[in-house]
Amino acid sequence: MRGLQLPLSQTQRIRLQRAFEKLQSLSSKANSDASVTVADTIPVNYEDAFLKGHGTTDLNGELVATVCGVVERINKLVYVRGLRARYKPEVGDIVVGRVTEVAQKRWRLEINFSQYAVLMLSSMNMPDGIQRRRTALDELNMRGIFEENDVVCAEVRNFQHDGSLQLQARSQKYGKLEKGQLLMIDPYLVKKSKLHFHNLEQFGIDLILGRNGFVWVGEHVETRDSMLLDQANSSVQSMVLEEKNQTHTPLEMRQNICRIANAIRVLSTLGFSMDADLIVETVELSSSLKIDIHDMLGSEFHVLVAEREAERRSLMGKRRR
Amino acid sequence: MSKTEYVSPEGLRLDGRRPMEMRQLRAEIGTVAKANGSAVFEMGNTKVIAAVYGPREVQNRSQLINDHALVRCEYSMANFSTGDRMRKPKGDRRSTEISLVIRQTMEACILTHLMPRSQIDIFVQVLQADGGTRSACINAATLALADAGIPMRDIVTSCSAGYLNSTPLLDLNYIEDSAGGPDVTVGILPKLDKVTLLQMDAKLPVDIFENVMGLAVEGCKAIANYIREVLLENTKQLEFRRGL
Repeated sequence: MRGLQLPLSQTQRIRLQRAFEKLQSLSSKANSDASVTVADTIPVNYEDAFLKGHGTTDLNGELVATVCGVVERINKLVYVRGLRARYKPEVGDIVVGRVTEVAQKRWRLEINFSQYAVLMLSSMNMPDGIQRRRTALDELNMRGIFEENDVVCAEVRNFQHDGSLQLQARSQKYGKLEKGQLLMIDPYLVKKSKLHFHNLEQFGIDLILGRNGFVWVGEHVETRDSMLLDQANSSVQSMVLEEKNQTHTPLEMRQNICRIANAIRVLSTLGFSMDADLIVETVELSSSLKIDIHDMLGSEFHVLVAEREAERRSLMGKRRR
Repeated sequence: MSKTEYVSPEGLRLDGRRPMEMRQLRAEIGTVAKANGSAVFEMGNTKVIAAVYGPREVQNRSQLINDHALVRCEYSMANFSTGDRMRKPKGDRRSTEISLVIRQTMEACILTHLMPRSQIDIFVQVLQADGGTRSACINAATLALADAGIPMRDIVTSCSAGYLNSTPLLDLNYIEDSAGGPDVTVGILPKLDKVTLLQMDAKLPVDIFENVMGLAVEGCKAIANYIREVLLENTKQLEFRRGL
């Protein structure tokens, strides 16, 4: 069993256990015996036609799981939804990655996939916003856009026939991320939603929940479409931007970043799937209880968050009924 | 060779076990935070930690395989794992051999064709050595691979058995292991009912060998049951904690 590596006192241990028991009782109603481990037989009606999906294999006419997870059935399709694993990309996903290599006309990004993803120079908007052919000069200036170890946000474009993954960044909202923290959590904890970019206005923070489990918490930056700006205007704009870059991040902003980042860390160690609302709630819980930022990673706050989550889910369950 | 009594007239072994009794098993998943999958596996006083990284980008381009994943394994023994603290050079014969054995057994069960052009790294380290480190390493690696969500045909489990004082003994500890008698290490795929690993030191008559191996296979099956229990509990935990 996955143990939390926290120094818990006796009472904290009991409280945490009780919270987890509550969570278990809330979820067990839906599917109690759908969990399978490697090499478990999946019960299917062999008379009906069925399609075997991911995480399953055929063994002597039996359907057998190849990963640990939960059996899902959609019409004829039977597949196992794995839990802890590296990221499996889908076209259109928003991901956050780190540049590992600048190569010919492309950057290679680590996005927690089984290979590096490729971001072509031609599939991203130039920082000046001008649409044109990429010249040899652009290629030489690639390090001016992204360097090694830069954190970049992009969208999954397609799979090449050889299995490699292509990304694109064709909008102002994608691109280099600065002044913030990158967190790496398990991808199954990030829910798929319409919105992965969040602007937490009360903190002045941008939160990007990458589908690959990379989460960006950074200072809010105004995205403006420089396509609309005049050429003359844009040069002034870039000057202003540069000036802005030089000024340091205020202390309050840095504290906000750390508080949100720690909230995400706590939720991830407890294994709760997260969305912006839950993160904001956790941050508010910590600030309302006047818990120091560094104390958020202590055992007491973990227990509090677990109890709170148990309560929240039971309320949600009641509302649904 | 001095005549040590490994099985007492009452039918008890040196550590108080019966001949067909295994040591206590304990497993814990998720012990290395940064790894994609990790586990600690204990068989009595033998304790092994395993960490799995990957499938990830191949580090050495020349090793890239186009149609399936590259599996690598590194076995090491902590300096403090044995009774006498020895500084062992990295990559000695013994550890290279065990690395190879573990790699081959794990490669046999991983569905490598699903992860082309990638590499999977398995690191196992012995924290406490008390006989049967090879088996414990394989069991720990299986758990870590399952935790990393790597698709596998079946879990691999391993157990050793020996033959001392004309009795087959299951799961030898260090004293029994160093007695110089035959020592059979078996690794099986319990669901497919296939043997993936079979090693033996010293000689045994065929009819006794069958007996000893049968005993080791029984041991493997018992370990498989335990490992599946642990995995199922872990999956359930992850699922209900995750919520909707």
